[in-house]
Amino acid sequence: MRRRLSPLATDAAAIVFAIAVIALWGILSATRLVSPVFLPSPLRTVEALIDGFQDGSFTSALLDTVVRMMQGWMLASLAGIGLGILIGISPRAREFFQPTIEFLRPLPAAAIIPAAIAFLGINTTMGLAVIVFGSIWPTMLATVQGLAAVEPRLVEVSRCLRLSGWRFMLSIGLPNAAPDIVSGMRISLSNALSMAIVCEMIASQSGLGTIILGAARSFRSPDLFAGIALLGLCGFVSSLALRLVAGAILRRPG
Amino acid sequence: MPLGLLILLELYLRLTGLVTDSLSPPTDIVLALGEIIIDGRLFVLIGQTLAAAFGGLAIGSILGLVAGTAIGLFPTAGRIVFPTIEALRPIPSVATIPLVLLIVGFGYRLEIVIVAYAAFWPILILTESATRLIERGLLEVARLLGFGFWRILFKIVLPAALPRLVLAVRLALGVALVVAVTVEIVINPQGIGYALMRSQEQLRPDLMYAMIFAVGFLGWGLNALMVWLERRLSPPSAHG
Repeated sequence: MRRRLSPLATDAAAIVFAIAVIALWGILSATRLVSPVFLPSPLRTVEALIDGFQDGSFTSALLDTVVRMMQGWMLASLAGIGLGILIGISPRAREFFQPTIEFLRPLPAAAIIPAAIAFLGINTTMGLAVIVFGSIWPTMLATVQGLAAVEPRLVEVSRCLRLSGWRFMLSIGLPNAAPDIVSGMRISLSNALSMAIVCEMIASQSGLGTIILGAARSFRSPDLFAGIALLGLCGFVSSLALRLVAGAILRRPG
Repeated sequence: MPLGLLILLELYLRLTGLVTDSLSPPTDIVLALGEIIIDGRLFVLIGQTLAAAFGGLAIGSILGLVAGTAIGLFPTAGRIVFPTIEALRPIPSVATIPLVLLIVGFGYRLEIVIVAYAAFWPILILTESATRLIERGLLEVARLLGFGFWRILFKIVLPAALPRLVLAVRLALGVALVVAVTVEIVINPQGIGYALMRSQEQLRPDLMYAMIFAVGFLGWGLNALMVWLERRLSPPSAHG
């Protein structure tokens, strides 16, 4: 057998590796092997981050992007779960929606932006519509799938008890499908962040997407890197928060 | 049912004689689609988008496959590099658009780099788990037989992981197309995404919907093709 490092040594090595990557980044920019126009030093990036928060430009942009993402995600989750239930509960709804959904689902969400602009103009409503469209599918499909996977015996029992469709949904269907729905909502969340950034870039709405595009256009690479790092942080924190909240709720008995 | 809606829309627009920038009678959309198919424009545009999507997918897949196999085969090394990788993964691919634009400018390279970045992650993660899930017994037998590293890699690891790898590439292909179209819509002046955006600006809703339809059909077609390939490549036992 291969020699194995102890967990502690592995963790230490992981930290050393991360530091080494940042050091390499520092060396690349300090020696100007990569032009500082493209690659600012780690220190300059952190400075840009601090400056941005001090003068409030990053603070408000971050807030705008997060609010936009959360609004779109919540609407998409509600609509996705609602449509999923409808399709899961009634074969007629399934027949009604299926062909349209089959066509719309593989469509890149950004492809509907021109249509959304034509209908709504370039404004916040358009952005919200596009974010919802871009993030509704994972939640909706996960809901349908989760409901379809409910233990058949539970379905029989509820039929014997003559539970109505809604009672069945509330007491058996949804609780059983919840883990699937949550994992769908997590994919929806990262889609919502991407679409929020895309809409900001196209519509020049205030937000981190606009900030990084502006930084790149005026060759302010420290701001650019700081903005990208913040967006990565957005993705990481929101996904972690959802996992923690969902974990706490799902573990609750009953 | 969607057919009924389309007929209603057609009748409504024809009867009221309404002309808008946001809707177009379905028959006009079909005509516009016919027009861009016949003059070949559609194929040029889709060709540009597909070239960028496949180019990026190829680069992202190769990097993801190599990195994923390495991390899967050497779990200790994997645990060391994984936290750093996990810190980069949440960065949305569209957030790299300004950076890549700054470095390489407009054109195919812009799209290819971003698609490669986006496709790299799913391939990396799925390859890693595919390699990790290979039966350890197989590897030990190979070691006992005195197989070298490369022989183990090509005779055992890759064949055993193949079905999952094909699945990984199929998922990444979907990502690649979406990202390519998105980059074109946001900023890159080429391909079907840019043409879509232009047709809206030129107030040609018929052309716009024709292109949206073409993009949707393209996504659907590519996925169907990959599902078919997946069936062909997976061992007969997996058919069930």
